[in-house]
Amino acid sequence: MSYSDKVLDHYSNPRNVGSLDKNSNEVGTGLVGAPECGDVMKLQIKVNPQTSVIEEAKFKTFGCGSAIASSSLATEWVKGKTVEEALQIKNTEIVKELALPPVKIHCSVLAEDAIRAAIHDWKKKQEVSKPAQAAVAVQ
Amino acid sequence: MATDVKTAVQEQRTEANGIKLPVYMDNHATTPMDPRVLEAMLPYFMEKFGNSASRNHSFGWAAEEGVDAAREQIAKLIGATPKEIIFTSGATESDNLAIKGVAEMYREKGNHIITAVTEHKAVLDTCKRLEKYGYRVTYMPVQKDGLIDLEDLKRAIDDKTILVTIMAASNEIGVLQPIAEIGKICHERGVIFHTDATQAVGKVPIDVNKQNIDLLSISAHKMYGPKGIGALYVRRKNPRVQISAIIDGGGHERGMRSGTLNVAGIVGLGKACAIASEEMAKEACHLAGLRNRLKEKIMGRLDEVYINGTMEHRLPGNLNISFAYVEGESLLMGINDIAVSSGSACTSATLEPSYVLKALGTGDDLAHSSIRFGLGRFNTEAEVDYVADRVVETVTRLRELSPLYEMAKEGIDIKSVKWAAEAH
Repeated sequence: MSYSDKVLDHYSNPRNVGSLDKNSNEVGTGLVGAPECGDVMKLQIKVNPQTSVIEEAKFKTFGCGSAIASSSLATEWVKGKTVEEALQIKNTEIVKELALPPVKIHCSVLAEDAIRAAIHDWKKKQEVSKPAQAAVAVQ
Repeated sequence: MATDVKTAVQEQRTEANGIKLPVYMDNHATTPMDPRVLEAMLPYFMEKFGNSASRNHSFGWAAEEGVDAAREQIAKLIGATPKEIIFTSGATESDNLAIKGVAEMYREKGNHIITAVTEHKAVLDTCKRLEKYGYRVTYMPVQKDGLIDLEDLKRAIDDKTILVTIMAASNEIGVLQPIAEIGKICHERGVIFHTDATQAVGKVPIDVNKQNIDLLSISAHKMYGPKGIGALYVRRKNPRVQISAIIDGGGHERGMRSGTLNVAGIVGLGKACAIASEEMAKEACHLAGLRNRLKEKIMGRLDEVYINGTMEHRLPGNLNISFAYVEGESLLMGINDIAVSSGSACTSATLEPSYVLKALGTGDDLAHSSIRFGLGRFNTEAEVDYVADRVVETVTRLRELSPLYEMAKEGIDIKSVKWAAEAH
């Protein structure tokens, strides 16, 4: 099994690890994947309500090194972008940047899904005036 | 661009705390050769290179002498007679020969074979092939501890059953099946009993008579011998077991396995068995000590760590643990100066987590999180301490990265979460 230098770098020094307040109106949370599949990504963004610019991004990932690297890279890329710009990020760009082999493409798909899920969650919060629960857990 | 982890590791092959890196702790996959085995083999490459089937000159006799001595050494380790040892290329071939050989030979008696879901693929896939040819195979489940239920076995045997094949020790979780009891049940019902003892021979006592074994597969490279050589024990009396050959040719090995004998390999297997006969008891004690030390050093410092399979009936050198909320491959990546295996899907060719762990009722999530430590003859206490420290440090780091660990700490029941993506 060989990993690219960039995957190894993100794995050893993951960027933007952590959590934001999922109950905050400015925060969108995306939780994708499933433990049974061996990959779960949580990606959170904090968006400036005036400019729609993603000011902060945090992630936590359960998964292989490529999954960790994909989500770490995703947080780097969304930061400073508007939500609309962030929605343009494609999994194929992640594959290219990290030189992921074919068996690891699903990691990049999951990272793209996580970005979309986080933005979707944030948008939903903007539509309703009252603070909504982050869609993390369905009890 | 791509950096091969293996190369990177080899570059840092240095001494740390007096130990050589990387640390090899994957002795269920294969073992390094014992120098004494190599020494015994060396004359058989150039000086005693003869064909053991050459009956009319000293080159042949010298080779035959080496083979005969090895046959005795192997037989002695498992309580058999030398004539009951058939040489093969390894345990996969031995399993194939035993199962297909019995299936063909006893076809008129019946067409039913019993095995267990946790067997090695060499047994499972052989049985699957026989199903295509009209054989009926019962794949018995195992209990949570990894052991088969003997009552299940009794119920599974019917008047068409010709063979029961159950491994002596699991290559993944190291659990020891109740071989003697299984053999007894088989003999009471007139059924042949084969055991894949690849992981057990030389590690735990095996006696084909006391344990009622009719056919037994052996591999040299799992017991500090060379790769490419193995043996099949075939019982000659009480009852006499006959098998059809799957490799035809010059009629070597009493017609059961044709092909010029791998003399050097056979001598190596013999020597490995002789060493095991002498040292097994002491070594088992040493290995169990190291294994328990590893277990305590890991479990004493980490929460939510689960042992897969019973600790009570287990190979002394095996430890298989699941580290909840941490994915196995990422853990292996973090401890890349340590050679171990994972049951994670990412480490397998099929992208499925370990079928053995699933059979135990371990959830897929915990199967993805499993690591198999295989301790062997050459591991030291210093290595165990180093491995424990590295594992604890890496699991701790990865848990800080894990959304599942965070959710668990928040009191969210992960099983109750409706996961968005199920497509992966």
